[in-house]
Amino acid sequence: MSVTGRKDGPVVVLAHGFGCDQNLWRLVVPELEKHFRVVLFDHVGAGGSDVSAWSPERYSTLDGYVQDVIELCQELGLGPVTFVGHSVSSMIGVLAVVQEPGLFDKLVLLTPSPSYIDDGDYRGGFSEQDIDELLDSLDSNYLGWSATVAPVIMGNPDRPELGEELTNSFCRMDPEIARVFARVTFLSDNRADLSKVSVPTLVAESARDTLAPREVGAFVHRQIPGSELVTLDSTGHCPQLSAPQETAEAIIAFVQGS
Amino acid sequence: MTVPPGGEEADESWAVGDRDQEQLPFTALLEDSVEDLYENAPCGYLSTLMDGRIAKVNRTLLQWLGYRREELVGHKQFSDLLTIGGKLYHETHFSPLLRMQGEVSGVALELKAADGSRLPALVTSTVKKDGDGEPLLIRTTILDAHDRRAYERELLRARQEADHERERLQRLATTLQRTLIPPALEPVPGLEVAARYHFASADEVGGDFYDLFPLAPGRWGFFMGDVRGKGANAAVVTSLARYTLRAAAVSDPVPAAVLANLNTALNREFQEDEPRFCTVIFGLLTSEGEETGFHVVLAGGGHPPAVLLRADGSADHVPTPGGQLLGVVPDAHFTTATLELRPGDTLLLYTDGLTEARTPGLGGRYGDEALLDFARSLAPVPASGAVAALTDLLGSFGEGLDDDTALLAMGVPREHRDGEETGAGPR
Repeated sequence: MSVTGRKDGPVVVLAHGFGCDQNLWRLVVPELEKHFRVVLFDHVGAGGSDVSAWSPERYSTLDGYVQDVIELCQELGLGPVTFVGHSVSSMIGVLAVVQEPGLFDKLVLLTPSPSYIDDGDYRGGFSEQDIDELLDSLDSNYLGWSATVAPVIMGNPDRPELGEELTNSFCRMDPEIARVFARVTFLSDNRADLSKVSVPTLVAESARDTLAPREVGAFVHRQIPGSELVTLDSTGHCPQLSAPQETAEAIIAFVQGS
Repeated sequence: MTVPPGGEEADESWAVGDRDQEQLPFTALLEDSVEDLYENAPCGYLSTLMDGRIAKVNRTLLQWLGYRREELVGHKQFSDLLTIGGKLYHETHFSPLLRMQGEVSGVALELKAADGSRLPALVTSTVKKDGDGEPLLIRTTILDAHDRRAYERELLRARQEADHERERLQRLATTLQRTLIPPALEPVPGLEVAARYHFASADEVGGDFYDLFPLAPGRWGFFMGDVRGKGANAAVVTSLARYTLRAAAVSDPVPAAVLANLNTALNREFQEDEPRFCTVIFGLLTSEGEETGFHVVLAGGGHPPAVLLRADGSADHVPTPGGQLLGVVPDAHFTTATLELRPGDTLLLYTDGLTEARTPGLGGRYGDEALLDFARSLAPVPASGAVAALTDLLGSFGEGLDDDTALLAMGVPREHRDGEETGAGPR
């Protein structure tokens, strides 16, 4: 965990989603640091976290992550914070706010999706079969294991220079952990929790996002009473990388607004 | 003369060689245009804008996927060509990495052809920047990975099979182990009994064994032993030792005779094979009335000495010196000791996994003396308390505990009359 930025500024906690680590925020952090006290951390099992603290029991539901966020905010002891959650972390933020509203001042949900699976009138963007396909792929280790993650975790005896470079690189995750995290991410359904959010909330969606399409952003906005909706002119699920300036501006405007 | 590398990097001096038959094919290589090289390269090429829209694609990839150029360029995004699983991976891993590193290489993704069939591919992308260093477009090469993927699948299946076999082996070992140590010990009126087995490995059957069983009214036999080695071979000896000890005790319960009986069986049974050894303590408990305690006769064959923890807080070894390892010589000698187990006394038997545990702090092995000191710090202690404390001690050894370890404690509960204590063990 790192705390940087203005000591007298509001505290903003940035939480990364599935697939990467706190490096994902690197393009927006310099801008946010001008205004806020910025807290960065890696979820247990991701990035530079203590992997030995991970257990399938604790982290096979979002609740393990939610408890971590609550503990982190309590340990910070900096008063109520603004929690910025990307992707699955937006739902971790929602659940944390529902459990401990006193710890949170405001909530920013970046490309949130409360459920990835279509259900009746709700369009999550994917069918259960689609998600099964992803999980099957991950279960059989193709996507995570044989590709970028493997050289990092396994070392790369044939190309040590590559292993070295990747080891110091981004988005490290043990395939075993990635599999469980993917399951939690894509099979959680938190639609019913949205209406319980009691702090000012910004829903920041990406204009072109295959994972969290605009219908989903609109749904989240509708369900959270009094929430604001911003559509960032960006492509993909990570606007903090593809449109960092706009993303930072949206967060700053919301946190500074009354 | 060595053969030069591919056309565009060929050495000019090679072209002006004087041997026409070599010059002719090389001229053809020089005429291999850049355009043709791009379109018909042995890999797929794809260029997209930063938002993923396809701007350029080569003929090879179009052929692989069965699309016409105009169906892709300006209409589809790269991620539209991926399977759902691939799309999710692209959004959560590939794309963020590419943005942060400027390149991503050798990622396994599956592409979806126009007819719905799938093309396993290895995908490498780099970001091309403009003069100001701003990202301009993404260049992607796509290699057909059919064979590699099939090979990976084989590897994966082999690993799953190995995992499965390992689980099966562990189940088998656990089941076998359960047949070698009693799941629950026979209750003995007036005696509290506690036992513990620490398994050093889930894959192999351990070589330690113990039992406690009735022989006649008011009389019980018990033993603690350790077979040299582990695994299937040790299990054979353990099994033989267990039933021989029980059977021998029924016909002649004198402890030294019971051990002699087992020694004969081991020598006879394993004469031809490599010799099989074990160490055993065998004991006979005779009740002297529920409030008095037990008379105990012990015989030892090469086994670490039992420890008696007395009601008065003292603790000592119960030596059976000179007792020989079983299974080595036909006429082995065994030493007998007797003691009285009185209310508040606890008799502890164990295997050398405990005393041989590596303890860097104590310079080597835990040792008999350290165990005796530990016992003195515990006494007086009931059987369950002794086993619980020793279990914690075993836990504290961590990696230093590398052998199976069995513990068996038998104690006569103190009487519950007000403050009244009866005598302790032998003096």
